[in-house]
Amino acid sequence: MNIAQWPVRRQRTTGDVSGRGVAVKSSKTERLTPRIADADEVVKSVCPYCAVGCGQTVFVRDEKVVQIEGDPDSPVSRGRLCPKGSASLQLTTGEARRYEVLHRRPHATDWEVLDLETAMDMVAERVIKTRRETWQWEQDGKRVRRTMGIASLGGATLDNEENYLMKKLYTALGAIQIENQARI
Amino acid sequence: MGTSFGRGGATTFQQDLQNADCILIEGSNMAECHPVGFQWVMEAKARGATLVHVDPRYTRTSALADIHVPIRVGTDIAFLGGIVNYVIEHDAYFHDYVVAFTNAPTIVGEEFKDTEDLDGVFSGLDADQRSYDPASWQYEGGPVQAASGQREQEFDEKLREREAQGGGEKRHQPSVAAAGRGESHGSGGASVPASVKRDETLQHPRCVFQIVKRHFSRYTPELVEQVCGIPQELFLKVCRTLTENSGRERTTAMAYAVGWTQHSVGVQYIRTAAILQLLLGNMGRPGGGILALRGHASIQGSTDIPTLYNLLPGYIPMPHAHQDEDLDMFIEGASTEKGYWGGMRSYMVSLLKAWWGPHATEDNDFCFDYLPRLTGSHSTYETVMAQLDGECKGYFVVGENPAVGSANAAMQRLGMANLDWLVVRDFSLIESATWWKDGPEIETGELQTEDIPTEVFFFPAAAHTEKNGSFTNTQRMLQWHHAAVEPAADARSELWFYYHLGRIIREKLAGSTDEMDRPVLELQWDYPTEGAVAEPSAEAVLAEINGWDAEGRPLASYEQLNEDGSTACGCWIYCGVYTTGVNQAARRKPGQEQSWVAPEWGWAWPANRRIIYNRASADREGKPWSERKAYIWWDDEEAKWVGHDVPDFDPAKSPWHRPPAGATGAEALAGDDAFVMQGDGKGWLYVPSGLTDGPLPAHYEPQDSPFPNLVYPHQQRNPVRQVFSRRHNRYHPGPGQPGSEIFPYMLTTYRLTEHHTAGGMSRWLSYLSELQPEMFCEVSPELAAERGLEHNGWATVITARGVIEARVMVTDRVAPLEVQGRMLHQIGLPYHWGPNGYAKGDAANELANISLDPNSHIQEVKAMSGDIRPGRRPRGAARTALVEEYIRRAGITPETGMEVRGGR
Repeated sequence: MNIAQWPVRRQRTTGDVSGRGVAVKSSKTERLTPRIADADEVVKSVCPYCAVGCGQTVFVRDEKVVQIEGDPDSPVSRGRLCPKGSASLQLTTGEARRYEVLHRRPHATDWEVLDLETAMDMVAERVIKTRRETWQWEQDGKRVRRTMGIASLGGATLDNEENYLMKKLYTALGAIQIENQARI
Repeated sequence: MGTSFGRGGATTFQQDLQNADCILIEGSNMAECHPVGFQWVMEAKARGATLVHVDPRYTRTSALADIHVPIRVGTDIAFLGGIVNYVIEHDAYFHDYVVAFTNAPTIVGEEFKDTEDLDGVFSGLDADQRSYDPASWQYEGGPVQAASGQREQEFDEKLREREAQGGGEKRHQPSVAAAGRGESHGSGGASVPASVKRDETLQHPRCVFQIVKRHFSRYTPELVEQVCGIPQELFLKVCRTLTENSGRERTTAMAYAVGWTQHSVGVQYIRTAAILQLLLGNMGRPGGGILALRGHASIQGSTDIPTLYNLLPGYIPMPHAHQDEDLDMFIEGASTEKGYWGGMRSYMVSLLKAWWGPHATEDNDFCFDYLPRLTGSHSTYETVMAQLDGECKGYFVVGENPAVGSANAAMQRLGMANLDWLVVRDFSLIESATWWKDGPEIETGELQTEDIPTEVFFFPAAAHTEKNGSFTNTQRMLQWHHAAVEPAADARSELWFYYHLGRIIREKLAGSTDEMDRPVLELQWDYPTEGAVAEPSAEAVLAEINGWDAEGRPLASYEQLNEDGSTACGCWIYCGVYTTGVNQAARRKPGQEQSWVAPEWGWAWPANRRIIYNRASADREGKPWSERKAYIWWDDEEAKWVGHDVPDFDPAKSPWHRPPAGATGAEALAGDDAFVMQGDGKGWLYVPSGLTDGPLPAHYEPQDSPFPNLVYPHQQRNPVRQVFSRRHNRYHPGPGQPGSEIFPYMLTTYRLTEHHTAGGMSRWLSYLSELQPEMFCEVSPELAAERGLEHNGWATVITARGVIEARVMVTDRVAPLEVQGRMLHQIGLPYHWGPNGYAKGDAANELANISLDPNSHIQEVKAMSGDIRPGRRPRGAARTALVEEYIRRAGITPETGMEVRGGR
């Protein structure tokens, strides 16, 4: 390597004393561009972790999310994200995410893959069956019109619209043991 | 919050913290758990504000505070109660504010007996039922309907009165069960009878002010030192800091999180803070208020539109089973004469119209009978018991991880092992999906996979970038997130899952003439779908939540809702979020182009108000208390309330307005009734109705505590806490009882910046897992020496419920405290871990007992006793044997820790 190219020497000769400018550039870094530079689309979002509600900007290329950054327009977060929010690209696109429906039969020792449509039908069947078997019109002589056989847990990580459909459907089915993280 | 002020949400917004002259953070490690919100604390500090942090651990919040106060876990009521006593004793309360806007002058009935009179409990205790009858807590002159909380409490009494007046037919029977009604995070409105008596000199011996003064008089600096382990000088420094920074010219804000709620007397922690903020005159004012810091993106939203058993949308209570109840009876039991709950019938009818549309008519009570009824508490912990008892057979777990994330994790898994079927929806294979093959009970041999009958379905969930929808953040603000891409393969949103599940169930039931299927078949369930996966339109759902009139036009405000079925509205407090057909939650006018209040970013309930009760930012005559703290004021020329925010008040009602005789609902509010949801329009120092465990906070020791209660020597624990003595949920002996020395230390759980709750959204991320790779415990050098623990070595932590191992971090951050003449060591336990994911470790919730706050049904994981020893925990059957050995040594029986009275 040419001595003239040594970063330390360049820091002295170029005036970039702190080594954060031209002194640390190479022909390779000259060619680098931000991964958001050629994004097709920029979508406004909100961080899914805690309830501060930081604004997020989601960058999309070829119908894939390629980067998630803090939204400087947000009056709450002013562009900042914490370590979790900064990791939300990995949360949404990381290798650990599963994309297939799995089924464990009673007493089985392992999963089997199930197609989504069949699984939905099976769950609907089980809801109907359990509801019928556990239906109560009355308890202690008072009308209750419900099932104590079906319960649900979760909601604080979901959207308002999702919680709304959950509560509406469960209530119509007569299921009352509907709970979320507000107590956990 | 709901019972003190009328609505169960943060009273202010994060950005407003910058206007505070002092900020007290307690029960929260805001810098690490809400780091981006913490920038507003730092802005305040940069402007000269004093920051006080009260916490058993020295954290990064403490490092940035002017004063850090280490406290014994589970003693915050004693600490805050001590400040209340200081404020009253030193005449440091904001007299004009207290007289104008609180119930301090209100006279309480003669029947009320305080803990001072009854040796540590309030009047009305029924030891057999483990509950209070609140009848004796009322104001003189008649019952008050609570703004929120346990509204059902009044139901029996009201209907008894009606029967008495009507003579003749006996329609009403007492409620089925006393436990678990209402919701402490509610939004309320309440009414007092016109005959409520007030003494604005605050001298009447039965006025609220004098009762509060007597009640807290025993909370002296000496007692605080003994109970909390806080030296008197440090305590008095905090008292001086708070009082010097409150009043006309200055305001103090408070912020808390689950460090206050997760106790068997947790709601009363927040009540004590509410009393303090009302006495100091900090509510409804800029730089004041109480900020509840919530830990999930939409946990506020999931109580507003509740996936909670005891609520319908907008904090309308779920109906309880009563004899022959109809809509009229329900409304009578739940609504109020004065304040905004006077509109209960229009909110309820509009909800029923949103759900059952044309099938809901005046003739059939708008399908009120389609609603299932409660018969007591059906919280998530009772559900676990019902699973163990074989009553609950099917379970949906959506975006939650109870197998490690809920108190007493073993009970959670054993409950699931007794189901017919389980549906888990998440991003990855969390512990709640895989316990049947690799959970701790498989390793110990308590369960064998082949024996477990539970059928398990795992559905992959869609991420926030793959769906449209709104989150409600910690300051009641709805923000819309837009779908960037469609979810891949079989990943789907919950919106998709529940819409299509409902569709399929309805198709299968089509043609049924069974009465039980009618609510399902007549349900309004036609949402437009879009895209390749047939995703239902989230905006169409939001439009239904907002509501429409008879012509289908979007409503602008809940004041437009009608009782006659001509309006439909899915959640009355969210009415206005889709006004003019525009998604207000998606508004994104950049913050730098708006005022500091930023009213055009998102939408906050109610009515886009950012500080609620803001009428109290002006004095009785409508003038700002000071120029420095001006926020909303009465403009004489314009004859309306004006200022920086949407007034939380009828904008045209003058400060001098007095309601005409016989006025009801909002019309009955006077021009100085700043707490518009409350029945008397006032902030409540004393809560005559709505709480299950007393009208005033009282310090009780945690369920598992090695210390006697010095405040009330003959009442150890909250007498009406919820306890469940089960084989896997035994409690520790009380102080002085044989065996209590077996569990000499206090444990407390907490979060780290780099992980989220039970880890479902963080332990599967390599970036975050590298930053915090495994479970650890924080211990002091003194404790390390006492028990032979080595930094970076292993420790085993034990309670009567379970045993876990953790890496040891020896640190001065958890300094021992001198409490009641001895050194107390406290152990910090982050609770993010479980056996799955990249970052693995034992779950702190294996140790936790299920003992609950009787109002909120929240578990006590912030303060429990336990033991620690060096080395790794035993494997296999030896793990269970160790717990059993501790139970035997401590002499624990099914009766241990179950008492109502006494406990010493």
